[in-house]
Amino acid sequence: MTWLGVTRMSFIEYQDIIQDGDTAIVYLGHDSMFPVTIQHGSQTQTKYGVMRHSTDLIGKKYGSKVTCSKGGWVYILYPTPELWTMNLPHRTQILYSTDISLITMMLELKPGSVVCESGTGSGSLSHAIIRTVAPTGHLYTVEFHQQRAEKAMEEFRQHKVDHLVTVKNQDVCKSGFGMSHIADAVFLDIPSPWEAIGHAKSALKVEGGRICSFSPCIEQVQRTCRALEGHGFTEINTLEILLRVHDVRTIRLQIPDLGKPLEDQASPASDANDAPKPMTYSQDACSIFKSGVPPRETVGHTGASTEPEKMFQLKAHFGTWTLSSDQYFLSDPWHVRSDLANM
Amino acid sequence: MEETVPADGQMIGEGDFVVLKREDVFKAVQVQRRKKVIFEKQWIFLDNAIGKHFGTVFEIVGGGNLQMKKNEIATTELKEAGADNRNIIDDGKSQKLTRDDIEALKEKGIKGQEIVQQLIENSSTFRDKTEFAQEKYIKKKKKKYDAHITILKPSTRILSVMYSAREPAKICQLRYDTLGQMLNLGNIRAGSKVIVMETCAGLVLGAVMERMGGFGSVIQMYPGGGPVRAATDCFGFPRSFYKSLHEFPLSKLESLITGSYETWTVPSSTDQTPDAKKEENNGSASEKPDPSGDVEDDSRSGAELEAATDTCELENEESEVACCGTGNHDREEKSERKHVQAMEKKKKQDERRIRESETAVLLQDRNADGLIVASRFHPTPVVLSLLEFVSPSRPFVVYCQYREPLLECYTKLRERGGVVNLKLSETWLRDYQVLPDRSHPKLVMSGGGGYILYGITVTRDDGKPNTSKQEKSDEPAAKKIKVEQPGS
Repeated sequence: MTWLGVTRMSFIEYQDIIQDGDTAIVYLGHDSMFPVTIQHGSQTQTKYGVMRHSTDLIGKKYGSKVTCSKGGWVYILYPTPELWTMNLPHRTQILYSTDISLITMMLELKPGSVVCESGTGSGSLSHAIIRTVAPTGHLYTVEFHQQRAEKAMEEFRQHKVDHLVTVKNQDVCKSGFGMSHIADAVFLDIPSPWEAIGHAKSALKVEGGRICSFSPCIEQVQRTCRALEGHGFTEINTLEILLRVHDVRTIRLQIPDLGKPLEDQASPASDANDAPKPMTYSQDACSIFKSGVPPRETVGHTGASTEPEKMFQLKAHFGTWTLSSDQYFLSDPWHVRSDLANM
Repeated sequence: MEETVPADGQMIGEGDFVVLKREDVFKAVQVQRRKKVIFEKQWIFLDNAIGKHFGTVFEIVGGGNLQMKKNEIATTELKEAGADNRNIIDDGKSQKLTRDDIEALKEKGIKGQEIVQQLIENSSTFRDKTEFAQEKYIKKKKKKYDAHITILKPSTRILSVMYSAREPAKICQLRYDTLGQMLNLGNIRAGSKVIVMETCAGLVLGAVMERMGGFGSVIQMYPGGGPVRAATDCFGFPRSFYKSLHEFPLSKLESLITGSYETWTVPSSTDQTPDAKKEENNGSASEKPDPSGDVEDDSRSGAELEAATDTCELENEESEVACCGTGNHDREEKSERKHVQAMEKKKKQDERRIRESETAVLLQDRNADGLIVASRFHPTPVVLSLLEFVSPSRPFVVYCQYREPLLECYTKLRERGGVVNLKLSETWLRDYQVLPDRSHPKLVMSGGGGYILYGITVTRDDGKPNTSKQEKSDEPAAKKIKVEQPGS
């Protein structure tokens, strides 16, 4: 890319002005948005009409309202890892922000943390990790699918975080992370995590570290837990987190006509209940209130299905994921070394 | 506050803030030599932990001293086991050792592990128990007689789990995973300028500071006389982290919004301690005459009074939660030092005012990168005011223990405009028992960890009522159709 001089959009630093080469999020309405790469001379079609990058976008402030050719308008948002997760091109099943938040906290990630991850997948978690460990930490991410690894690296470059991440195209179960004793935390999201626990352990710092494995099936979780115990990991925890969305709605509940005279309704009701009082008991008498209602269908289980044909199927099987912590025998370096010898 | 050992230290040092852990129980303390700490009804001294690695497991030996735990290689071997529990009768007579016997063993200095072994040998039903029941029995007895303490380095994870379990009321029932959601959804990271308004003992503030790693700036908005940071101190941040931490009283927010806020000007020499009132009068006289000036003065001195009580409260909280207070001060010594303290207090007040003015300048740029609210107050007025100081296209997250205030806040924010992608949610969190062929969710789960409302700021076209009207009717119209559907 050939942008000179000006500080361009980056996932680890805010900018105020939309510039050529930026990745931006076009917000059309509730839950309706898409990413766009800003390019001089380029234009983007939306349902509200065309946006011309040179005239409509470049030089405007992020968060501005942009009117499209048909008179409708959109907002241009600065990308965050969370917005990216909602908008990124899916190459695999991805981790969503609810799980990512818990993983980030339970792995104790913060600026300066060194993290090993496998697989990279579509980079949803990777972006969130990089954001949190910047500017002094690093992410080593291993992906066995070559094109996915290349695409991820391209995105990291485009998002100006490539200096904080190393992408490797190899199989973590066979070759590990290619690093030893550098990581504060390891994250596994692979079909058979138990095969990678040994490698994960040798990637962790000698004084110990934390590990998290994310699996959709309880059988995977069981095998992983046994492998973790076998490698001397302690404090193993398995957690499941579910997001409950409350859609805010104005609800009108009709008041039935019980044949009571109208005058009576207003006065004696006051002590009995503090609920919103109905205006009248005529046919359209209503009680109006705000409520948070659950969406008709919601994600009841997360966890990546590895078969490509199940890529976007979210309601899968029985759901849980392992979150295991480790403080393995800090007082016993021999244990660690014996494990290294096994490699 | 004493200087602590550099943050990268993997060794436990004197003066360090640490977290004691026994089974699932945590307690935050400061390591001090020859200082008794009560943990799980036991007196302990942390002296022997100094110089050891964080994460080291200790056992309690005579006199409450800690001793590094050696790795036991073999656990008690299980020889015989029953097939099921048909022959086990709960008559309370299966254990032949009495409580006195056990106490006697303890007094003899017999180690916990041996006591557990003796309990097994003296249990008439142990052999008939199933393999699983035996395992459970050993685990239970070990917990009681063979407890170890692990000393951990504080982190958001540990402290938020600790507060969630021990003192949820102090953190507005904010469950740890909810805090995790807030940090990520708020895009809290190094280099940002974040406004935090919380009444969670400083836990949320500490979590934000940890995620920022000392880069960028945090502005803590506080109610009452002064910011509460009992939990923040438990993180044991290096001093440099506090340089980027600013505070500003909520009570002066309105004056900042309307532009009537008066910047505190430093008296020429800070060593002199003239009457505070005079200074303030001078201050307001030199500034442009403002009718609200007097009111300002009153609220200021009122706030200071409160400040004094609040610091006391803070200290109490510290000693309660973290046992940081030194406690054993001599009363006479105290009274002698009173005068000096008063002088120092005055100096601190001045410093505080200078800092406040500096923070006001930071806020007045109105370009914060994020807003985090987690308080016991009604969120709506707080959020509406604080959003004025946030740049467009930045995330904000509001926590509330209850859902209804957030429903209202959502509605008010929609009316106000300048925000998109508003969402109201909560999370459910479940722990699992994972054992071969015996995996299932644990029996008890948290009933609720609070609610969060979050969204992204956008530009508001103010000054032009026409366009703003258009804005209101235009975009939400599409949503309204959706909204009305279930109702109609």
